[in-house]
Amino acid sequence: MSDHAHKLEILRGLVKFKSNTQKIWGVLVLLTIVTVVEVILGILRPEALMKSIFSMKILNWIFIILTLVKAYYITWDFMHMRDETKTLRRLVIWTAIFLVCYLLFILLHEGGYVFDVYDNGYIKQDF
Amino acid sequence: MDNTVVSTGTEGKTWGGGNQPLNASYGKMMMWFFIVSDALTFSGFLAAYGFSRFKFLDSWPIADEVFTHIPFYHEPMPMIYVAFMTFVLIMSSVTMVLAVDAGHELKKAKVTLYLLLTIIFGAVFVGSQAWEWATFIRGDYGAVQTTGGNILQFVNAEDGNRIALRDFVVAEDDGRVAHESNNGLWFKSEGTQPTYTVEEVIHGMEANSNVLIRTQIINDEGKKTLLSREESLKLLKDNGKVVVEGANLHVNEYGTPLFANFFFFITGFHGFHVFSGVMINIIIFFNVILGTYERRKSYEMVEKVGLYWHFVDLVWVFVFTFFYLV
Repeated sequence: MSDHAHKLEILRGLVKFKSNTQKIWGVLVLLTIVTVVEVILGILRPEALMKSIFSMKILNWIFIILTLVKAYYITWDFMHMRDETKTLRRLVIWTAIFLVCYLLFILLHEGGYVFDVYDNGYIKQDF
Repeated sequence: MDNTVVSTGTEGKTWGGGNQPLNASYGKMMMWFFIVSDALTFSGFLAAYGFSRFKFLDSWPIADEVFTHIPFYHEPMPMIYVAFMTFVLIMSSVTMVLAVDAGHELKKAKVTLYLLLTIIFGAVFVGSQAWEWATFIRGDYGAVQTTGGNILQFVNAEDGNRIALRDFVVAEDDGRVAHESNNGLWFKSEGTQPTYTVEEVIHGMEANSNVLIRTQIINDEGKKTLLSREESLKLLKDNGKVVVEGANLHVNEYGTPLFANFFFFITGFHGFHVFSGVMINIIIFFNVILGTYERRKSYEMVEKVGLYWHFVDLVWVFVFTFFYLV
């Protein structure tokens, strides 16, 4: 059906596919590579990546960024977000991103605070 | 009055219901609304997990020491099994999107095949999840919980590896049996008793000079703190309270029970989504076979269910990162 035009480029036009089916397999390859990298890093846990940047290990930052990369391709190509209108895309993505960031900020900040209270030895009991 | 429907002359116009806002049909739009709200639910759970983890940052269990099992093989192999599960779910997403693609071209046979594959991959994933749960519940080494609720694990001083309770503790007959409701107070019940008592663990440790204890606290090298022989014995005798084997909602041999609670709750909630997804896929699968969408000249239902299915995969990507990697 002609009204289902698919955008067939990924990686900002670096890779172009001839058909939608081909693009799907291409995205699978990409996701597999990312997962394999994650698993290898997860098994090796190289010493060099254990340093902290912005109060989290570099390795953990890498894991989180790779996860967002995977999430992007699942949403954009498997869920066809790439082919939806810009408005729908922004409605869904920015709503979720804003609320998730808000939630993460509050809860992680609070968790870190509670840790400090324990760590300073002021309160021993669970609260 | 033979016709109550009045033609308003607005058919096909913006306010006559004739167009689709954002070029998405009603059904797809509603599925997106649901997905956004469900995504926020999962974010709430994962953020709560993050909260608890930050709260116990120096004593949280190390995932690589917890999820080390693969079927039919008994050496510790972290990551492998969960990587397999991840791949299965991604693969099922691929077959789903291929089904959607075939649906756009109205190729019934292809849609049928790809949906069937999706269902199979989904079922394999749920089964793997069940196995993962069973292994986690059963546990492997066993540990002792202190009066303060901390977990003491046992280490072989010679090679530095974990040592299981069954390898150095001998069960003695202390006459204690599990209470059954047909035997005494019928309104009281009692769960399974641990194989060993703390007394027996103390005896076992005294008899084996190579056994040390490690605490929950993570040291500067990112490893659990190992105690000396004297400290180990003293801690066990002073504070040892319950023998813990495996994990449930109250105790967890791998560390804080919160870890087990979150694991059961988040992977359980996700597994429930996968299970529902498989069920919905099966319904759609039969509709495809019966030709429902063929007659409609539109396989949009496959696309809508596909959206949900991909979302389940999307959530797993995050669960995988935050439970197994970070």
